Amino acid sequence: MDQLLQHLVNGLVLGGTYALLGIGLTLIFGLMNVVNFAHGEFYTLGAYATFAALTLADLNFFAALGLAIVCGLVVGAVTEFVLVRPLRRESIDTVMLVMIGVWIAMQNGELLVWGGVAKSIPHPFSTTPLTLGGVSLAPLRLFVLVAALGLIVGAHLLIHRTRLGRAMRATFQDADTAALMGVRIRRIYTATFAIGSGLAAAAGALLGPVFIAYPSMGDLASLKAFSVVILGGLGNIAGATVGGLVLGVAEELGAGYVSSGYRDAVGFVIIIAVLLLRPSGLFARAERVG
Amino acid sequence: MRKRWFLSILTVGVIAAFVGSVVIGLDVARAQAPVRIGVIEPLSGPVAASGNYIRMGAEIARDWLNAKGGVLGRKVELVIEDNKSDPKEAASAAEKLIVRDKVPAIMGAWGSSMTLAAMPKLEEYGVPMVVETSSAASITKRGNPWIFRISPPSEMEAVGLEPYVDKLAIKKADFLAVNTDWGRGSIQAFGDLLKKKGLPVGAAEFMEQSATDMNAQITKIKTTGGDTLFLTTAVEQITLVLKQAQEQRLSRKIVTTGGSSSPTQLIKQAGAAAEGTYHIVFFMPWFPESMPDGKLAKAFVDEWAKRGNPFEGLTEGFRGHDGIVTIAEAVKVAGKDDPKAVRDALWRVNLTGVNGPIHFEKDGPAGKESGQSKPSIFIVQIRDGKVALPEFARK
Repeated sequence: MDQLLQHLVNGLVLGGTYALLGIGLTLIFGLMNVVNFAHGEFYTLGAYATFAALTLADLNFFAALGLAIVCGLVVGAVTEFVLVRPLRRESIDTVMLVMIGVWIAMQNGELLVWGGVAKSIPHPFSTTPLTLGGVSLAPLRLFVLVAALGLIVGAHLLIHRTRLGRAMRATFQDADTAALMGVRIRRIYTATFAIGSGLAAAAGALLGPVFIAYPSMGDLASLKAFSVVILGGLGNIAGATVGGLVLGVAEELGAGYVSSGYRDAVGFVIIIAVLLLRPSGLFARAERVG
Repeated sequence: MRKRWFLSILTVGVIAAFVGSVVIGLDVARAQAPVRIGVIEPLSGPVAASGNYIRMGAEIARDWLNAKGGVLGRKVELVIEDNKSDPKEAASAAEKLIVRDKVPAIMGAWGSSMTLAAMPKLEEYGVPMVVETSSAASITKRGNPWIFRISPPSEMEAVGLEPYVDKLAIKKADFLAVNTDWGRGSIQAFGDLLKKKGLPVGAAEFMEQSATDMNAQITKIKTTGGDTLFLTTAVEQITLVLKQAQEQRLSRKIVTTGGSSSPTQLIKQAGAAAEGTYHIVFFMPWFPESMPDGKLAKAFVDEWAKRGNPFEGLTEGFRGHDGIVTIAEAVKVAGKDDPKAVRDALWRVNLTGVNGPIHFEKDGPAGKESGQSKPSIFIVQIRDGKVALPEFARK
């Protein structure tokens, strides 16, 4: 029983961060229709920005997290403004190729700046685990879970409760009509891309201290983010949240009770099953936005 | 008419003379050109730290060789390729070094899966490779006569650990290994050792090389009731496993295998989580005087520090040194930098590197044997935030 509970706790913590990655991508991929292969690089950017803020600028840990998110927002906005905006009338494949270029350029840029040797990111939390019965959890991981859930709720509120969110939803339902109603749709595209990238950077900033930071860390993150988006349905924030948690728990239980050698396979088997049985995702709405 | 003939012959003659002189000139240039040694290491990707340390060690060997006049009166030059911790890249790096750079021998490729991926290229083009790190048994068992390994396969490591099994008071052991040829081979070898000693084995768990969250495996291992955990992977993942084991309060004697644990880096990056762990290493830079050639080991440690290289890299770095001096010695014995001649000469190499004596013996199927040296193996423990010889290993 303790073992099962521990697996579930591990899975939830992991799933929370998958969800964060998935929400960022579902905004960009699901709503904007940009196959963003560089999503994982914004995750890496968040981790290295935290590292730089902590070790080079000597910032407070929480200030460093905030700075990393701002970094993700700004670089995301610039990427959209410079590379995606001129291609809005182009086919999805053209944009995809450009994003592959961004992915390669960013990853090699990180390699150039930071070198290939992994960096350990310091954090102020105690390393003594909190225990309840047979289940233990490091304080840092608890913080990561809470922060991830906070950001997820924040993103949800932003899209469903604010003017910007309403404009975003209107734009992705029908860009032309939204424009006629006075929505500045080009700004909405930039904002959406920036928010998605900012969320990826937040995931990197939160997970960097839990793990270690290295230039190719984004590859795995991208893979998981795409899985979560497919699982939850394109453009569906609630779906991405649940999809992330499902993937995290499934991988954890698969590794724990089936075989740790096939840990990643378990996640993908679920995705194949979902694609076969419910091709538009677990939580597909009757009509797709976009 | 005649004049024309004469002109044509003259032209052909001039061209022939020109081409001839260029060819001769190239030959002369070749004789003065450096001896180029290919190096394939993971300089980026999940195991980049190790690959970069080996590069630093190889550069020390190169500079020391060149300071003593080089090899065959020619300078030694390293052509270094990054395999990105990826077997596919290792194969194309080998092909590039052989076809484009025309190196007579290669050192590489760190991970067993990377080495195994590069091996068919060696056979295809007939170029020898000195394997400096990889531990999977299959490397020297496949019948590839271009392979010369100076690192110990997991079996040899297990034999080296045998006298300590009783002293470590192992009752029941679990395994956690990276899901590669190295990790799988290591579980096999150490599992056989325990079986031979009549000790039970609990869980045998794997993790992907790029995995960062090993909580599921640790939770599972917690339930087996073992007292020892054999951990086989590179230092980055060892750091993560030790941290996560501490988070889950896993109480085990942890023994890392494969020699890529860099205890000093673990103390730095895993802190208290590394306390009490045991590590099988092939170089003890903390006490170089205890190495087979104490003077050489000391000189290497001093040179490493002088270059500002990080101390924690020494347990990998020495491999780079030993690999390059082995190839340089073979070129010297062969008298030329031709791949086939260097291969034949590798069998006659007899020298002492930082690890100890290097001399190849035949291993693998008859007629197509690979070379395997018998390296020295040591065990150290992290105690009070320092690297020490375990109580039982002290004289």
